[in-house]
Amino acid sequence: MYRYDEFDHQLVNERVAQFRGQVARRLSGELTEDEFKPLRLMNGVYLQLHAYMLRVAIPYGTLSSKQLRMLAHIGRKYDRGYGHFTTRQNLQYNWPALKDMPDVLHDLATVEMHAIQTSGNCIRNVTSDQYAGAAKDEIEDPRIVSEIIRQWSTFHPEFSFLPRKFKIAVSGTPDDRAAIRVHDIGIQIVRNGKGKIGYEVYVGGGLGRTPMIGKKIADFVPKEDLLAYLEAVMRVYNMYGRRDNIYKARIKILVHEIGAEEMKRQVDAEFAEIRKTGALHLPAEEVARIQAYFASPAYETLPDESTELNKAVLADPDFANWVKSNIAAHRVPGYAIVNISLKPIGGTPGDCSSDQMDAVADIAEKYSFDELRVTHEQNLTLADVRKKDLPAVHAALKAAGLATANINLITDQIACPGLDYCALANARSIPLAQQISERFSDLNRQHDIGELKINTSGCINACGHHHVGHIGILGVDKKGVEYYQVTLGGAADEKTAIGDIVGPAFTEEQIVDAIETIVTTYLGLRQPGERFIDTYRRTGIEPFKESLYATH
Amino acid sequence: MAQHSRKGAQFQALTANRLADGIVVYLTADNRWSESLQDADVTEGKEAGEALLGRAQATVDGNIVVEPYLFEVTHNENGIRAASVRETIRQAGPTVRLDLGKQAELPGVHR
Repeated sequence: MYRYDEFDHQLVNERVAQFRGQVARRLSGELTEDEFKPLRLMNGVYLQLHAYMLRVAIPYGTLSSKQLRMLAHIGRKYDRGYGHFTTRQNLQYNWPALKDMPDVLHDLATVEMHAIQTSGNCIRNVTSDQYAGAAKDEIEDPRIVSEIIRQWSTFHPEFSFLPRKFKIAVSGTPDDRAAIRVHDIGIQIVRNGKGKIGYEVYVGGGLGRTPMIGKKIADFVPKEDLLAYLEAVMRVYNMYGRRDNIYKARIKILVHEIGAEEMKRQVDAEFAEIRKTGALHLPAEEVARIQAYFASPAYETLPDESTELNKAVLADPDFANWVKSNIAAHRVPGYAIVNISLKPIGGTPGDCSSDQMDAVADIAEKYSFDELRVTHEQNLTLADVRKKDLPAVHAALKAAGLATANINLITDQIACPGLDYCALANARSIPLAQQISERFSDLNRQHDIGELKINTSGCINACGHHHVGHIGILGVDKKGVEYYQVTLGGAADEKTAIGDIVGPAFTEEQIVDAIETIVTTYLGLRQPGERFIDTYRRTGIEPFKESLYATH
Repeated sequence: MAQHSRKGAQFQALTANRLADGIVVYLTADNRWSESLQDADVTEGKEAGEALLGRAQATVDGNIVVEPYLFEVTHNENGIRAASVRETIRQAGPTVRLDLGKQAELPGVHR
């Protein structure tokens, strides 16, 4: 993985020193809250419902064991023994004190981490595919481009005061695990007819109160032109993005208002201008330098079949279930991708205790080349595990309470922190996810239901990605009481879709039953081989509406 | 953002976050900030509420607390309770981590 060079080190250390001074001046009263707030936000420090919250950047979701151990340490020393992995592949601490924040950032900096680009109207932490480098059908490792974008965008003076925050996601495979079509810019790595690698570019996707699917404005941006092209997009946005209305400030509104064609025309014109100067031509040697950091680890030459694995599958049904749902195919024979579910039955999606972080760090160090990934679905991934080590990995995860076998099943839900932690939320998300998880805890039933993604957000800002859940749940506040609105048919993959609102909202008491009714309706309608989303696409919303509201 | 206080709320208290650590606090009758809502000064009516807000300003200026606001409360046999789900959670702690926050001193607050 990428290692800091002298510039990265200097940049992060200087930022820690600056923030230490800023915090001291705030505590002494030299800075007012109005003066200080934008400064703390630039360092990932929010004020939430119960306390401050610190959001730590995990660039494209990649972590070393050492970094994860530091996150565990910070959770223990400065917080309450746990952290929360988010849909942005980041980690949030829920209880740190402001006075400790400079020390936390200092500790993070010792392992090449920080909280830069986790807040504010800048280009945020770049997100990507958790299977990067290991996926079977990968055209190119998306971490290379993600790292280049990180370096380019960090503290870029032209993009520090954008109309609104800006999120970029990169996918290196045709199967989209990074939800690129619901980002401000989505980059799909492609190979053209001549065998050359370049980028398809989508703009104007996003969730929040106005969900939009990104529009493709470029079929093939050559590698060396990527930054120039992105700069062109950013300049058009910087020029025409709405600064007068926060709800209309994201690039998705601009693209929607002027249309994809006009957006493409303007970006192309800007791109042509930039190319004239050639200032942003990506030098091949710099790309090669960064690429070297993501070279394949030292894989062994192994047979693809593992007798150890096959024996263990036959001997242990728990292990067999885990292999069935949590293991994905690896491009190298004899290796597998391991998904670690952070969705135990009845647990909080994305929460991980410091002890669990230490356990995962040890497992990653021993079995997966000392590295792991955070997924936007709030799970963890060990990308490079030998198949013959899977029984040992499973046993170690089980000992840490991390062997839940439910990836992509109904209990593998996304949920934002909601009203239990968040100052913006209107309703709770986590308890709903927990109740749904309990209701569908039977593993045979989960497998019978098959792939089904339930995403819950506690407010319209949609951190829980409810618009793109196969079943989406949105918490709303009606005179101080929580209600839940349901959408159906959303998807965040290569067939991205925004869910349709099914009807009037449900109360807290009704919502889990309503989800069960939806599931039962699907089971009654499905044809052989259909997943929930396939059935929904075939039948539309009507049968679900009928079964949900006929009894009300 | 969720509403903090219903328009026309009869009883209100004043809350804020402590600057240094962010912890939720409530303004008391003698202008201190307490971590317990049970110590809060509860006022009746709109004007008294505004006066309460006014009293907080000195401590905001003195960098003791940030973001003060009024919210609706009720009195019952269990003492002072926040009226909304939001403020109940803020008062007691997350409903999904009953070991965290202030709920140890508020048995049954989350039902």
